[in-house]
Amino acid sequence: MTSPRAAGATFVGGGARSPRRRGALGVLRSLYDRPASAIGTSGVLVFLALAAVGPLVTPYGPTEQVLLDRAQAPSAAHWFGTDRLGRDVFSRVVAGARDILLLAGGGTALAVLLGTATGLWTSARGGWIEEVTFRLYDALLALPALLLALLLLGTVGPSRSSVLLVIAVAYTPIVARVVRSVVLSVKAREWVAAARLQGESPRWILLREILPSVLPALAVESALRFSYAIFLVASLGFLGVGVQPPSPDWGLMVAEARDYVYLTPWSLAFPAAAISGLVVSVNLAADGLGRALRSGA
Amino acid sequence: MIAFLLRRTAFLALTVLLASMLVFAVTNLLPGDPARILLGREAGPAALAEVRAELGLDRPVPVRYATWLAGAVRGDWGDSFATGDPIGGLLAERLGNSLRLAGVTLVFAVPLAVLLGVVAAVQAGRWPDAVVSLSSLAVVGLPEFVTGIVLIQVFAFGLGWFPANASIPPGTPFLEALPSLVLPAATATLVMLAYVARLTRASVLEELRRPYLRTALLKGVPRRTVLRRHALRNALLPTITVVAISVGWLISGLIVVENVFNYPGLGRLLTFAIDRRDLPLLQAVTLVAVVVFALANLVADVLYAWLDPRIRLA
Amino acid sequence: MSAGLSLRDVTVAYGDVDVLHAASLDVAPGETVGLVGESGSGKSTLALAALRALPPGGVVRRGRITLGGDDLRAMDAASLRALWRHRVRFVPQDPLPSMNPALPVGVQVAEALDPLQPRRADVREIDAMLDAVGLPDPERVRRRYPFELSGGQQQRVLIAMALLGRPDLLVMDEPTTNLDVTTEAAILELVRERVRGGTTAVLYVSHSLGVVAALCDRVEVLYAGYGVERAPVDDLYHRPVHPYTVGLLDAVPDLARGKGHAPLRPIPGRLPDPGETDGGCVFAPRCPVAEPTCRTTSPPLAAVAPGHDVACLRADAIRAGDVSPRQPAPDVPDGPTSPHGTSLHAEGLTATFAARARLVDRLRGRARPRLQALRGVNLHVPAGRTLGLVGESGSGKSTFARAAVGLETPDAGTVTLDRTPLPARLRDRPRDLLARLQMVFQSSDEALHPLRTVGATLRRPLRRLAGVPPADLDAAVADLLASVALTPDYAERTPPELSGGERQRVAIARAFASDPEVLLLDESVSGLDVSVQASVLNLLDDLQRARGASYLFIGHDLAVVAHLADEVAVLYLGAVAEAGPTDALLAPPFHPYTEALLASVPRPDPDATPARPPLEGDLPSPQDVPAGCPFATRCPRVLGPVCHDERPPERWSDDGLHRIRCHIPRADLAAEQADLDLREAP
Repeated sequence: MTSPRAAGATFVGGGARSPRRRGALGVLRSLYDRPASAIGTSGVLVFLALAAVGPLVTPYGPTEQVLLDRAQAPSAAHWFGTDRLGRDVFSRVVAGARDILLLAGGGTALAVLLGTATGLWTSARGGWIEEVTFRLYDALLALPALLLALLLLGTVGPSRSSVLLVIAVAYTPIVARVVRSVVLSVKAREWVAAARLQGESPRWILLREILPSVLPALAVESALRFSYAIFLVASLGFLGVGVQPPSPDWGLMVAEARDYVYLTPWSLAFPAAAISGLVVSVNLAADGLGRALRSGA
Repeated sequence: MIAFLLRRTAFLALTVLLASMLVFAVTNLLPGDPARILLGREAGPAALAEVRAELGLDRPVPVRYATWLAGAVRGDWGDSFATGDPIGGLLAERLGNSLRLAGVTLVFAVPLAVLLGVVAAVQAGRWPDAVVSLSSLAVVGLPEFVTGIVLIQVFAFGLGWFPANASIPPGTPFLEALPSLVLPAATATLVMLAYVARLTRASVLEELRRPYLRTALLKGVPRRTVLRRHALRNALLPTITVVAISVGWLISGLIVVENVFNYPGLGRLLTFAIDRRDLPLLQAVTLVAVVVFALANLVADVLYAWLDPRIRLA
Repeated sequence: MSAGLSLRDVTVAYGDVDVLHAASLDVAPGETVGLVGESGSGKSTLALAALRALPPGGVVRRGRITLGGDDLRAMDAASLRALWRHRVRFVPQDPLPSMNPALPVGVQVAEALDPLQPRRADVREIDAMLDAVGLPDPERVRRRYPFELSGGQQQRVLIAMALLGRPDLLVMDEPTTNLDVTTEAAILELVRERVRGGTTAVLYVSHSLGVVAALCDRVEVLYAGYGVERAPVDDLYHRPVHPYTVGLLDAVPDLARGKGHAPLRPIPGRLPDPGETDGGCVFAPRCPVAEPTCRTTSPPLAAVAPGHDVACLRADAIRAGDVSPRQPAPDVPDGPTSPHGTSLHAEGLTATFAARARLVDRLRGRARPRLQALRGVNLHVPAGRTLGLVGESGSGKSTFARAAVGLETPDAGTVTLDRTPLPARLRDRPRDLLARLQMVFQSSDEALHPLRTVGATLRRPLRRLAGVPPADLDAAVADLLASVALTPDYAERTPPELSGGERQRVAIARAFASDPEVLLLDESVSGLDVSVQASVLNLLDDLQRARGASYLFIGHDLAVVAHLADEVAVLYLGAVAEAGPTDALLAPPFHPYTEALLASVPRPDPDATPARPPLEGDLPSPQDVPAGCPFATRCPRVLGPVCHDERPPERWSDDGLHRIRCHIPRADLAAEQADLDLREAP
C-alpha cells in the first residue's frame, strides 16, 4: 500500500493557522467580539427572555383593566404607566413581546423552511421545475411585502394564523432566491463533482455536500427577514388588519394610543420604543452574525 | 443592448402577468363570497344567485380572469362594491396623489441618501461614517407610523408649521398641496434614506477596493479625480438597482404613511377597500401598484444598460 | 547616491507581522532585475514598497527607499503624486480588473500622459505607442472598453500606459502569469524589445525562473521575506550557491529533461508562516547543509564573487565544493510492478454546449449559440502509463476529462475501459466502474469540502467504492494518508488548516481510495509553487509505480507534462493536432502549433533563446471554429486556401506511433523544423 518514498519524506505536521471556532456556541461567542453586535445580541436575548417568562414578571394581565388607575403616568406601581382604559402598559408590552416574537419568528421560520426546501431542491435539480418555481416567486416578489400582506388579509380576514401565513408567503421567495444563488455556485465546486464520482446519490449530495455551505448565508438572511417580519407585524397591527384588539400587539397599541397621545404619551412611547429596540437589536445581531460566519469559514 | 432590454421587458411583462393571475386567484379562490359580502349575512339563496349572475361569478374562473384583465387593460375596472361608483376614475385620482407624494419623496430621498452613502464610504472609519451609519441604523428601527406620529406632534401640533391632516381635496394644484405633502414625504423619506444610504455605502466601499483605482492613482491622477472619474461612476451603477428595489419599500411605506396622515392616495384606498371588503377595488389597487413597481424596475434596467458599457455593447 | 532605484534594509509589516525583513535591492537605469520567489516570499510587497504603493495596512517600518537619490519615504502627498505621474510606472498581474470597466481604453491610456485632462492628451502619441506595443489599428482600440479586448491585448494596453510616461522606474508584477503560454511569449518578446534597455530601470517580479532567465540582467531571490541570493543571471543559473536557489532550480521540470531522466528534487518541509522565524537562518529547517549555528545565527548577504551575494553561512564551503547544496535525490524504486494495466480509449468524442437555455429565450424562439468544446477526439491512455494532454485555455482539455469520467455527457463518441464500454451518463455507471476510473481536480480551495475533516472525506470512498468494513476504516485512512506522505493526525484536520500542497495530497489520496485503474488528473499541480509541485509530481510517479494505475495528465505547462508523460497529445480548439511518444513530440516533425508551443515555453536557462517569433492573433472563439484547419488563422506555415477550407489529414509516422494533423507532409515539416530539437543530447 505505502509508496516507497513516503517514509522518508513524511511532511512535518503543524499548520500554524489559528483554529476556527466551531459550532453554534463559538458563533455566539464571536458575536460578543464587537460592541455593536454584542449590544444587538444582548437586546435580542433580553426580549426573548421577557417573552419566555413574561407572565411571571408582569404584575397585571395584558387585558386586565384597573379602572381606578386609568391614564396613570409611569410610577413604581405601573413602571410604564397605564392607558386610558387602566391597563398596565408594562404588562402589555411584555405580553406583546411574546406575541410579536411568536408571530414574526414563526412566520420567518416557516418562510425559511419553505424557501430552503424549494430553493435547494429545485435549483439542484434544474429544468422546468426550477423555472416554474422561480417564475412564481418572481410574481410574488412583484408585490411589495406589505401590499401582498394586505391583499391576503383583506381577502381571508385578519387573524393571528393568517398573519403568520402571510409572513411565510411574503418571505419564502426571498429566502429561496438566496438559497438558489448559493446552490448554483456550490454545485459547480470540485468537491461536488468528486462526490458524484463516488456514486453519491443526489439526495446525499444535496443534504451533505451542498446544504452545509448554504447555512451561513441562510442564517444571516433569516435574521434579516426576522427583523423585517417584526416590522411587518407591527405595521399590520397599526393598520388594524393584523392582530385584533384587545390583544397587546405593539403596532395596535401605538394605533390605539395615537388619539390620546396628549393624555397618555407613555402608552404610545413604550410600545414604539419596544419595536425600535427589537428591530435595531436584530439588525445589529444579523450584521455580527454575517461577520462571524464569514470570518469563520 | 436592445436584446437585453427586450429580454428584461419580456421578463417583466411575464412577471406582471403572473402577478395579475395571483392577485385574481387570491381574491377569487380564497374563502369569501363577494355576493355574501355585498348582501350581508341574512341574504337568501335566490338573491345571492342573482347577484352572482350579475357579477359574472357563475362563469368559470379562467373566463372571469380574462374578462377582468381585458377590462383592466382598457381602463374599465368595474364598479366598487362599497360605493357603487366606477373604480377607474377613483383609481386615476388616487394614483395621481400617490405618485405626487412618491415623487416628492424620491426627489429628496435619493440624492440625499446617495450623498450620505458616498460620504460615509469615502470617510469610512472616521466620524462622518460613524454619524451616518449610526443614525441610519437608528432610523431603520423606526416604523413609519411612529415617525409620522412624532412629526405630527412636533411640527403640526407643537410648532404649527404644517397641517397634520393631509386630506387634500381632489383637483388641488400641486403648489397648494405642497405644505400638506411635507410631513408625509418627510416620514417616507426618513426610512428610505436609511436603506439607500446603507446600501450605497456598501457598494461604494466595494468599488473602492478594486485594483483599477490603484492603476489610476499610480498614473498620478489626484485622489479626488480618481474618486470622481473612476470610482463613483462604477459604484453608482448598483445604486440604480438599489433605488429600484427601494421603490418596493416606498410602496409599502406609503401605505402606512397615507394612513397616518389620512392622505388620499392608493394606500388609503387600499385600507378602505379592506375595511369594506371591496374585492374589485382591492384587486384594482393591488394590480396598479404591481404595474408601477414593475415600471420602476424597467426604468432602472434601461438606465443601467445605458450606463454600463458591458451591457450597452453586448 | 545611485541614479536608479535603491532599497536599503527595508522592513515591511502588515499589522504586527513583518513580511519583509531588511531587504536591499538596487536597479540601475537601463537594467532589468528579476525578483523571484514562491508565494509568501514577499516579492510583491517589495515591489509595491518600491513604488510607495503598499495596500492599506502595509507599513514600511524601517529602511531607506530612494529613486535617483530622492528619499521616497520622506515624500508628502503632492510629491508622491508627482513621482507616480512622472517617474514610476506599474504593470500589474491581472489586466482586466486593473482597468476601469466603464471607461474607453483610450481615455485610460491618455491618463498616463495627462492625468488631469486625459481627453486633451496628444492622440498621435497614444496611437504611436499602441502601435508600438503590437496593437494594430490603434484608433479602434482606443474606442474599445477593456472587456472587449483579449487578455493579451489588455496586458499590451497596460504596458503602453506604463511606457507612455517614459518612467525612470518600471515595476512589472507577474504580468504574464495568467496568460496562455503563446500569449506570454508574445508579451515577453514585447518586453524584451520595447521595455528593456534605454534608461528605464526595470524591476520584474515573477515566480517563474524560466521567465526571469529570458529577460533579466540580474536576479534577486527572496525566501519568506528574506533576500537569500542576488547574482548576474548567468551566475545564478549556472553557479547558484544558496541551497534554496539550488533547490528551486532542481525542482523545475525543464523541457529538455523528459520522462525517465533526472527525477525532480523537491524541497522538503514547508514555508514558515510570517512571524514564525526564531533568529536563525530562515531556510535552515529545510536545508540539506544546515549546521547547528545556522539555527541560531541569521546570515547577512555577503559577496562571494563580483555582484554575487549570498545569505548563507555555508557559502564558502559550498563554493569550495566541500558540501553539496542539492537536496538528496529521491530513491526511484525499480521497474513497474503493474497489478492493473488498464487502458482508456476514447473514440470520436464530441461535445457541444449551449449556455443555459432560459424560458424567456425559448419564448422568443432564439437558439443559443453552441460552443464546440470537443470535435471528434480520439485518444488512448496506455495501460499502466501516462498520457499527457496539453492545450491552452479553451482547447477542450478539461471537457475531455469531464466527459471521460461522465461529469459531462458527450454528444457522440465512446469511451472504453479496456474492453468495457462506459455508459455516457454518470448515473448509468455501476459503482464498480466508478471505482476503476477516478479523477483528481485542479489544485484549489474547491477540491475538498471545507467543513469536513480529511478523515471523513477519505472514509466515504473507502466505504462506498472500496468496500472497506467500518471497523477497518480508521486503519485504511491512515494507510491512505501514509501513501501520500501525510501523518495519520491529518485525518482530524479540515482543509482550511492545510497548505495547498497538503490539500492536493489529500485530493490524490481520495482518488486513490478505490484503487482506481485509470486516473485523470486535470491541472492537478498547476496551482502549486514549484518546490511543492515537484514533490507532488514525484508522488504521482511513485503511486503509478506502486499501483500500476494509468494516468491521463492534463496541463497547460508543456515542461511539466513532458516530465511526467510517456506519451503526449496536443489539443487545439477541441481537436488533436499532434500525438505520440514524448520523445517524438519533442523532436521534428512538429505540428506547426506544437512548434509554436515548444518555442514559447520559458526555459530556466538564460542561454536558451527563443527559436521562433511568437504567434500572432488570438484563439478563435469556440463558437465559430474555422472550417478547415482550426489553426489556420494563426499558423505561420499556412500553405494557402487549402488550409482554410479543407480539414487536414492525419499523417502517421512509419512506426504508427506518432500522428500530426496537417496539410504539410511530414518530411517537409521535418526539414523546415530541424533546428528545434528538445530531446536531451545523449
